[in-house]
Amino acid sequence: MSQRFNEDVYKEEWQWQEGEYTVTRTTHWSAPGCHNGCGILAYTKDGKLVKVEGDPRAKYNRGRLCMKCLNMVENVNHPDRLKWPLLRDGEKGENKWKRISWDEAYEWIEKHYRQICEQYGPEYISVLVGTGRNCMWQPAMIGRVCFGTPNIGAGFQAGDACYQPRCNAQLVKCGDVTIMDASQMHPERENNPEWRIPEVIIIWGNEPLASNADGFYGHWIVDCMRLGSKLIVIDPALTWLAAKADIWLRMRPGTDAAIAMGMMRIILKEDLYDHEFVEKWCYGFEKLEEWVEEYTPEKVAEIAWLDKDLFIKATRMYANAKPGAIQWGVALDQQISAVDAAMIITDMMAITGNLDVPGGNIFVRYAYNSSKKYAFGVEALAPGMLDKRYGLDFSPMHATGYSNIANTDKLFHALETGEPYPIKMLWVHGTNPISCMGTDATRVYRAFKKANALMVVVDVFMTATAIAFADLVLPAAMSVERDSFRSWFQPLRTITKCTDDYYECKSDETIAFELAKRLNPGYVAKYSNVKEMLSDFIYEDGQGVHYSYEELQHKVNDWWEWDYTYKKYEKGLLRADGKPGFVTPTGLYEVTPVLFDIWGFPEPKHYEPPESPYSQPELFKEYPFVFSSGNRGFATFHSEYRQMPSMREFQPQPLMFINPEAAAELGLVEGDWAWIENMRGKCKLKVKFNKGLDKRVIQAQHGWWFPEREGAYPTLFGTFDSNPNNLTTQGEVGPTTYGAPVKCTICKVYKVTPENDESVTPNVVKGGHTYVSK
Amino acid sequence: MSANDNKKYGLLIDYEFCTGCHTCEIACKKEHNLDHGYFGISCLSDGPRQNPDGSWEWNYVPVPSSLCDLCADRVNMGKLPTCVHHCQAGIISYGPVEELVKEIKKSTMVLFSR
Repeated sequence: MSQRFNEDVYKEEWQWQEGEYTVTRTTHWSAPGCHNGCGILAYTKDGKLVKVEGDPRAKYNRGRLCMKCLNMVENVNHPDRLKWPLLRDGEKGENKWKRISWDEAYEWIEKHYRQICEQYGPEYISVLVGTGRNCMWQPAMIGRVCFGTPNIGAGFQAGDACYQPRCNAQLVKCGDVTIMDASQMHPERENNPEWRIPEVIIIWGNEPLASNADGFYGHWIVDCMRLGSKLIVIDPALTWLAAKADIWLRMRPGTDAAIAMGMMRIILKEDLYDHEFVEKWCYGFEKLEEWVEEYTPEKVAEIAWLDKDLFIKATRMYANAKPGAIQWGVALDQQISAVDAAMIITDMMAITGNLDVPGGNIFVRYAYNSSKKYAFGVEALAPGMLDKRYGLDFSPMHATGYSNIANTDKLFHALETGEPYPIKMLWVHGTNPISCMGTDATRVYRAFKKANALMVVVDVFMTATAIAFADLVLPAAMSVERDSFRSWFQPLRTITKCTDDYYECKSDETIAFELAKRLNPGYVAKYSNVKEMLSDFIYEDGQGVHYSYEELQHKVNDWWEWDYTYKKYEKGLLRADGKPGFVTPTGLYEVTPVLFDIWGFPEPKHYEPPESPYSQPELFKEYPFVFSSGNRGFATFHSEYRQMPSMREFQPQPLMFINPEAAAELGLVEGDWAWIENMRGKCKLKVKFNKGLDKRVIQAQHGWWFPEREGAYPTLFGTFDSNPNNLTTQGEVGPTTYGAPVKCTICKVYKVTPENDESVTPNVVKGGHTYVSK
Repeated sequence: MSANDNKKYGLLIDYEFCTGCHTCEIACKKEHNLDHGYFGISCLSDGPRQNPDGSWEWNYVPVPSSLCDLCADRVNMGKLPTCVHHCQAGIISYGPVEELVKEIKKSTMVLFSR
């Protein structure tokens, strides 16, 4: 909000009465989903949500809200919401269910859990989670604490290709992760005397205004632009930010590592780096020059389809900026060179003197270390159980405990082959793999079908995955119906239950707590209710806050000093021993990570995407476009919000983006439906022009399914009709096992005509593919 | 600030930074309970197109419609119009036209009076 708000109307108390409404200051995270954690004012009457406003006192969003939160009432009261536990009452796919009580549901779970444990072992149960929402530690707690299984994985996105590659690259280099400093760590925001306006911001591999990923509120970029920050945008497509940028580097999808290495080469050759930082804090700096030597501007321009001069200019602009910041995103993860790219980009932040400085890229941790996330409950596992995870022989980073979850690719392998041991039960919590996250979606479908494991789904709406494979579906509460908290970065925020329960929905916290009471009562014996458990979690063995969860509800937000302290490595704030330095084996910023040598990983380099104009020139003749999916819109979040009329008004149908000249050559005009097809499958989306897109690149939105269509077989909400993951791969990952070519395969495009039009979902459901075999 | 003082009120929009995020549109629709297809403010897109010098032109401009009442009910309660309150780019200001006009300091600002 640009204008001052009325402090008498928007109060500091956590709750007040405004006429007939109770107003509660709380946080929205999920469900329905978003990566943000904006402060909202929930207006309720008689226990029901009536409207939502942005909380102007919440410094995270300062009163602002996106369209999804403003439409919260429609979400919360949507008639299609799951309302009570459902037990399958027909064949899989028939969408026939019997309403049961929670007690009956828990009994069903306990019975099957005990049978599996007696016959096989808890590791035969796997837990699938979705993207980073308020649904991370809860399924992890159910998996490790309740079931005792170490097999927690993501919903079959190959290479854990979302944030994990970037995080792991940073963790091995410096022991912490960074975020661009848009002043968001300070309670007084831009007025903090230490904070500096980033002189230059590189927006790399994301469109933050719509995606708001990795704990970064996208419009903070606009706040910085208003204060004078210049932009460099590295993106294959023309975005609004690219149009406003000083320099837009239009690049070929899947070449970010080459670009990063080429930039680093210029920085070294032109001596644009901070010698003091390098001499004092870096380990293995000499190697860098060797690694990047072959990435000349000419070569990088050729690999990445860049304008060479613009590329050089952009590099100098960033390296000379004091401070310069990089806002990076998921496109970096979605290639096999993901970790390579992230490593070199992190080196760029470090050696240009922009690491942990005001307006640069700062180290960030979960507020007050209240860091319950995917690693929750590892200590609750039986001795030796962690070693039974899928994929330890495949992934050194998992084997050495660097990551505590299972390797998702090998979890998928187990589903598909039953090797090294089969999955007997799947707990699918807040993820809808065949509609959204699962790469090579029809292969994921076939694997689910073949495995024929028991499946429990926890969600807010009925999903295609649940209809096709679930035995039991549990209804989750939405954000305003939950007592929870968000510690994902700054500040520590309350999520306060301010409505009555919706029918029989339970919060994810409650489900985890009640299941633990049955299956591992010792773990939760000291808590008599969920709030007590949450108090203990934010206390975090004394490292966290020393007040109760209920007090957090009254504080609403609490700002953690660590997160807004700069140059923490100089002040001894990073290491457990309190000494200056980084959380690495050498205590230094490791340009050459010691752990990489131990794990036997190769030096960073650009790997050509497995399916590209250069790696598969013959195939490229038949499929003459580079294909990149995952384009975001403001009205949706992954596969969510498709059943909201107010959101579909703005995003009625799935869109694909094409250069208008390329479209003309194919006889396509805006609004046409077009097939996008490759060796594995096809999907159809509506044509929209992007004038800036390279003529050889196609972009598509993801996560589209059609709640308005029949859920039962063979329609299955049309879940494969417009799914770009029909074209992506399983099992192709980077050398660290992280990163997969989700955004850089190849395709052909042709118009949907009455002759070739079809719904492809029935073909898949009947055991076939999305295309007709030649 | 009150809308009952016989002054002409309006919205000042700095469209240089309008990102086209639709927040103003949906905030307005929810505040005024507007059905599918009706808008009290509508975000128009100009561009993208390339200028002769190669730079890109891409502007969004929110335009209030005849259904906009400057959120009279909210203003009477001491609140800002909902589009002003929620705009993610913070580009909409509300006030008496004679005061808003003094805030126009660059070429990408438009003033809508109602």
